Amino acid sequence: MSSLSTNTNRPSRLARILNSNMAYSFRRNPVAMVSMGVFLLIAIASIFAPLIAPFDPYDPANIDIMNSEFPPVWVDGAEAEFVFGTDDQGRDLWSTILYGTRLSLIIGLCAVGLQAFLGITIGLLAGYIGGRLDSLLMRLADIQLSFSTLMVAIIFLAITQAMFGSETFNQYAVYFLIAVIGIAEWPQYARTVRATVLAEKKKEYVDSARVLGFGPIRIMVRHILPNSLSPIFVISTVQVANAIISEASLSFLGLGMPPSQPSLGSLISSGFDYIFSGSWWITTIPGVVLIVLVLVINLLGDWMRDVLNPKLYKG
Amino acid sequence: MLAYLVKRVFQAIAVMFAISLVSFAIQDNLGDPLRELVGQSVSDEVRQQLRDELGLNDSFLQQYIRFIGNALQGDLGTSYFFKEPALDVIMKKLPATLELVFGATIIIIGLSVPLGVYTAIKPNAIASRIIMGASIIGISVPVFLTAIGMIFVFSVELRWLPSFGRGDIVHMWGPWSTNFATVDGWAHILMPSIALASIMLPLFVRLIRAEMMETLQSEYVKYAKAKGIHPFRIYFVHALKNTLLPVITVGGVQIGTMVAYTILTETVFQWPGMGFMFLEAVNRVDTPLIVAYLIVVGFIFVVTNTIVDLIYGLVNPTVNLARMGA
Amino acid sequence: MSLLSVRDLTVKFAMRDDTVTALNQISFDLAKGERLGIVGESGAGKSITGFSLMNLISKPGFIDNGQILFDGEDVAQMSDKALRDMRGNRMAMIFQDPMVTLNPVLTIGQQMVETLRAHRKLSKAEAAQIAIVKLREVYIPSPEERMDQYPHELSGGMRQRIIIAMALLLDPQLIIADEPTTALDVTIQADIMELLLELCQSNKVGLILITHDLGVVSQMTERTLVMYAGRIIEAGKTREIINDPQHPYTQGLINALPQQTLPGQKLKQIPGTMPSLTAIPRGCPFSPRCQYAVENCRNTLPEVVQYAGIEVACHEVKRLHNDRLEQSA
Repeated sequence: MSSLSTNTNRPSRLARILNSNMAYSFRRNPVAMVSMGVFLLIAIASIFAPLIAPFDPYDPANIDIMNSEFPPVWVDGAEAEFVFGTDDQGRDLWSTILYGTRLSLIIGLCAVGLQAFLGITIGLLAGYIGGRLDSLLMRLADIQLSFSTLMVAIIFLAITQAMFGSETFNQYAVYFLIAVIGIAEWPQYARTVRATVLAEKKKEYVDSARVLGFGPIRIMVRHILPNSLSPIFVISTVQVANAIISEASLSFLGLGMPPSQPSLGSLISSGFDYIFSGSWWITTIPGVVLIVLVLVINLLGDWMRDVLNPKLYKG
Repeated sequence: MLAYLVKRVFQAIAVMFAISLVSFAIQDNLGDPLRELVGQSVSDEVRQQLRDELGLNDSFLQQYIRFIGNALQGDLGTSYFFKEPALDVIMKKLPATLELVFGATIIIIGLSVPLGVYTAIKPNAIASRIIMGASIIGISVPVFLTAIGMIFVFSVELRWLPSFGRGDIVHMWGPWSTNFATVDGWAHILMPSIALASIMLPLFVRLIRAEMMETLQSEYVKYAKAKGIHPFRIYFVHALKNTLLPVITVGGVQIGTMVAYTILTETVFQWPGMGFMFLEAVNRVDTPLIVAYLIVVGFIFVVTNTIVDLIYGLVNPTVNLARMGA
Repeated sequence: MSLLSVRDLTVKFAMRDDTVTALNQISFDLAKGERLGIVGESGAGKSITGFSLMNLISKPGFIDNGQILFDGEDVAQMSDKALRDMRGNRMAMIFQDPMVTLNPVLTIGQQMVETLRAHRKLSKAEAAQIAIVKLREVYIPSPEERMDQYPHELSGGMRQRIIIAMALLLDPQLIIADEPTTALDVTIQADIMELLLELCQSNKVGLILITHDLGVVSQMTERTLVMYAGRIIEAGKTREIINDPQHPYTQGLINALPQQTLPGQKLKQIPGTMPSLTAIPRGCPFSPRCQYAVENCRNTLPEVVQYAGIEVACHEVKRLHNDRLEQSA
């Protein structure tokens, strides 16, 4: 009986949290509203990049080296065609930034999706099954956490690049980046989910669900998982911000997206050589976009942490 | 205490063993040592003979044991590019990186503790709001962008500070030359240190603030107030000591990240340290140097982590060092 | 002159949009060396009363109105410095849970010495000597060794003894003990209470004992306040309140004591629960749970009246008293 009632209450409780408390504090928090607005703007702009961008930066036919290093339109010597100027290869910077942001976002979101999938699965298993498996997985999580993600990623990508050569590497760079950032950070999720599982497992409704003959997977997914949603939300925002920074850092080092298919990080990297010669915009404008993107995600994460106030797993 | 120490050392050895396996696997598969030695224009017969002589046809295990044996004697192979023992190359670069890390650590510890404590004690003060606002911007700006931004402002536009290299360094001892002995050296290390500290510092300010605020809510802090203890002693003895425990743990985890950020910082400032060297070695497929870097970095990482664990055990009286060793 | 004189003390908590009244016009006195019990269910405002006597209410709570005259000075108006001089020195407090009261990273000795040195000009060695004497007074075995130990190395009972010793360090005039044994094993609760009583008597220290346990109050105190929903509803000599309680709530509390129940009988619980501070009913706050409540009780707040030597806030006190007399006759 108690399992039936919790079963029907559960989604509505979540809906109530999302509808009332969060919405209320969202309306009262101008920082959260502006951040959300800016994030949606960037997200929509990058989703529709092919429609918005005046040029296709991946199409060599569009690129003329003679157009290189035009400044943005508000600076002397600009071409009206190129709003934010052009980069060192003569690509329209505005279009390249749109496509680059799209790549950065895709890699960030997919990597975090992979982290969440691995982490939640492992966390549920460790918490639900417990015993030896639990201690083994958590020991693994400790070790994994003590290695810096960025360090592991740098070494892995550097070796991969050296082994396969730049050309093959560049072709699959997106997948390498998603995989390496995605695999390295699963313990964050696993620990939090495991903690919730351990707390929920003791509760009555889980017992009654078991007595009623529901399988472990159903119990975990339908009954236990919803209780870890708020910490998962909070972790995810921070992780997306971190993943975007990691991707940008790796691409900046030349271990990520190639200049022919630049993400924000590789765009900044290719512009870095030119800031001494005065072409500051190739680095600065994508740099600002990157900072704004990460900042609004972090601000949203901070706001969410304040509202949901989840018990996050601490070291 | 001794048992704990022994256990930590065993763990450290186990991790080093894993690192050595990975490193050897890389060495075994990356590049062709023969080509580096004799070039392309050698017949297959001579090639096979050389392979035998070099032991390249031995079993994986035999080769690995030889690799470990050499490594233990400090022989990590010879750099293809520098034509010098790889370890020597790294040792020459190590001081530059360590000084950079040292500078950044001083900035992080020196600022994060007072700022974190202040924002925790006075959460509603205007200064606290500014610090917290700045900290969220701080964690949102990647290290390499902070570095580029500083170069753009202070080197390109204002021309106040140099943008690359170590400048005037003074030779100290062995491979160690220091930046901290001349004004020019200080000028050169200032921006790289700030850049390296730029993302860790706000992270630690936020961490110390959060932990401190939690501690200030605790019963023992309220009890200390009820005993009439001066607020300064409550903040800096009662609360801070408890705050530092989780901070030390996180600090240990962040050491690896710090090493990763040295690669970024050194690249932007062309700082002649290990990180910059590592990327060059990767571009040149200088396998022995790559492998040596992995082992040296792994070693530094394991040693510092062990030290951090020991410090934690010493600071936290509830960690029974003897029992943890069992 | 009384040692402590509380007048119309009102404590509020600032909530998101408005304030909630946690203590409503509390008034009581305490003579030098007197022992007073404050009784009530959890949430009645007992602990808040204790903390406000030290002016130590955590945010978002604040003293809204009233006086707390301690030795002639108003605690509610004291400067931070004056408060610091008073706390732990002239007025000491014993907290509820000894497991979380002591700082886990400081030794017992450090925590005792710092208390002494906060109020007296003493060297560390002198302070340690005094601390050891006090530890001996609370029957801590080998106190010199305890000084170097950390709280986690000691049992809960031992820790509470140490906290009692700390309360006595500076020979205060008043000790406030907030449920000092609730967190301890039943077997050592009596020991600790006995120790506290013995020390208060021998040192002539005033005691305010906050508890939900009427049995403890009857053994430990001379006078008793009964609190309900942030108000004092009954006050008087402990013996009289225990023997002939006037307020229906106090009667309910006494009837609910296990000693009042014959074996095999059910415990006589008061029906319902205490209202939360955000939803205190109109009229007498106890009226929804009171079996004797009449229309008037639900509409107007009862004044405190003197009746049979007891101060009591109940409209129907006279009628109920007469009914009881008739029944027993």
